[in-house]
Amino acid sequence: MERPDANKLKTQAKELRKTILKMLANAGSGHTGGSLSLVEILLSLYFYKMKYDPRKPDWDMRDRLVLSKGHGCSALYSVLAEAGYFPKEELMTFRKFGTRLQGHPQLGLPGIEASTGSLGQGLSIANGMALTAKMEKKNSRVYCIMGDGELNEGQVWEAVMTAAHYDLDNLCGIVDNNKLQIDGWCKDVMNMAPLGDKWKSFGWNVIECDGHVFKEIMNSLDKAQGAKGKPTVILAHTVKGKGVSFIENQARWHGIAPKKDELEKALKEIDEKDQ
Amino acid sequence: MKKISDELQFDMTRSGFGRGLVELGKANKDVVVLSADLSESTRIDWFRKEFPDRFFSFGVAEQDMISTAAGFALSGKIAYACTFGVFAAGRAWDQVRVSVDYMNLNVRIIGTHAGISVGEDGYTHQALEEITLMRVLPNMTVLVPCDFVEAKHATIKSAEWKGPIYMRLGRNKSPIITDENDPFEIGKGVLLKDGGDITIVACGQMVYEALKAAEYLSKDKIDARVINIHTIKPVDESILIKAAKETGAIVTAEEHSLHGGLGSVVSEVTSRNHPVPVKMIGMTECGQTGSPQELFKCYNLMAEDITKAARAALKMKK
Repeated sequence: MERPDANKLKTQAKELRKTILKMLANAGSGHTGGSLSLVEILLSLYFYKMKYDPRKPDWDMRDRLVLSKGHGCSALYSVLAEAGYFPKEELMTFRKFGTRLQGHPQLGLPGIEASTGSLGQGLSIANGMALTAKMEKKNSRVYCIMGDGELNEGQVWEAVMTAAHYDLDNLCGIVDNNKLQIDGWCKDVMNMAPLGDKWKSFGWNVIECDGHVFKEIMNSLDKAQGAKGKPTVILAHTVKGKGVSFIENQARWHGIAPKKDELEKALKEIDEKDQ
Repeated sequence: MKKISDELQFDMTRSGFGRGLVELGKANKDVVVLSADLSESTRIDWFRKEFPDRFFSFGVAEQDMISTAAGFALSGKIAYACTFGVFAAGRAWDQVRVSVDYMNLNVRIIGTHAGISVGEDGYTHQALEEITLMRVLPNMTVLVPCDFVEAKHATIKSAEWKGPIYMRLGRNKSPIITDENDPFEIGKGVLLKDGGDITIVACGQMVYEALKAAEYLSKDKIDARVINIHTIKPVDESILIKAAKETGAIVTAEEHSLHGGLGSVVSEVTSRNHPVPVKMIGMTECGQTGSPQELFKCYNLMAEDITKAARAALKMKK
């Protein structure tokens, strides 16, 4: 598949970050840090790698994405709107009463493949989808994005075993490895280093990349698709709150939204950046 | 229905499920079965032998199994996730809640070895809370077949049902009191014996004890009605309201906690519609090792205990 223009992607990422911040500020609550870290990963999936048809969200042969770290949904919603699943105007209903854009992803919004938010369950769900595709000899692929903090959940490692046991090479896990969780740095809250070795020892193919560099992410996604006989995980090294200096690498920005003045400051900063 | 004076045959409800599942496998290509290392105990090894391509093993990992079942269902399959009741409802409850129930998926959670009748394995393995844990979930249907035959019927009917199901099954052999030709409909209570003085409402193995209790009561000229509630949720409200109106007093019987179980269900229905005295037979503490018979006796779950409760309820009747 032909790669989208690099400059166009960078512009898209800037616009997406601004949209995410506006959605969060408009909602008055939400998860800023772990949404901003997802932008390049989601754009690479929806505008390069995944096959889907926004007019037919239930298309049988589509690739599927399970956002296991459901709290990053403001990023997913904005990418789904960009991809044409629903009108962009709906984005500003995020977290408001009566919306399809719930505080954590919920079935019912076109493009959402599973209700997630209780951490640790998404990879198992993705396995079920990948097993079905294998059983039915369909070549659709399944992607599952997890947080690095989420990897503390025991169920993740049950699912890691399952995917390897069933040689799910149609499954690709992506870890948004932003190094922070609610209580602080992951290494202090629950040190899971060496992370790549853990996945490797469980029988997975492991790729590491910079989760904010499109070329690296797209290369990794291609490699994952090419790897046969076992599942692949992409450890995408990211920055929590990426793109806004006063939000980056701050644990306290996990579960809060920008206030009006903070939003203005953030939007200005994004606009003034070269890329 | 068979009379309890007949020569009764005995078998396990989990075996009725296992037989029904093989029939389903033949009839419905979308049925897949998930195992958490208990395929012989849960009787799904019979399905595995016939349909190995639709059988998936997850090791001792119930949480993963339940969420993976959701993934199968999201891809159009009807997924039967099978383990002991304690693990299905207890260990994996959040997975059942979020991955299965809230998404309203066609997952069937099969909990075998439920109730105090598990016996010698002791209290860690005696599931006494799953009716409660499962029925609080908004989309969940809860089935408790009373014998081998009913378990087979319930299993076959479960494939066509929309939304998630929890089915509670036992370990031990229990009397077969229903007939192959008896109709079975999810959500419909079964009148096993008519009577006008009092109603005994039971589920699972306690249905047999209820029938025995009715026989004991008849010796004292007390005409007891007996109702088998194989579907705890959605419960057949009309059969319960009718019983409350016509008999004026109820005894419930279950080998399950009284906190939120069948007794609570019956009380909720009657108090909302036609309040009558309700006496409850069931568990109020955790179990222990022993034979099913010893434990039924120890925790007052025998026909004699139902009889005693019926007399007390009759006294409270206006």
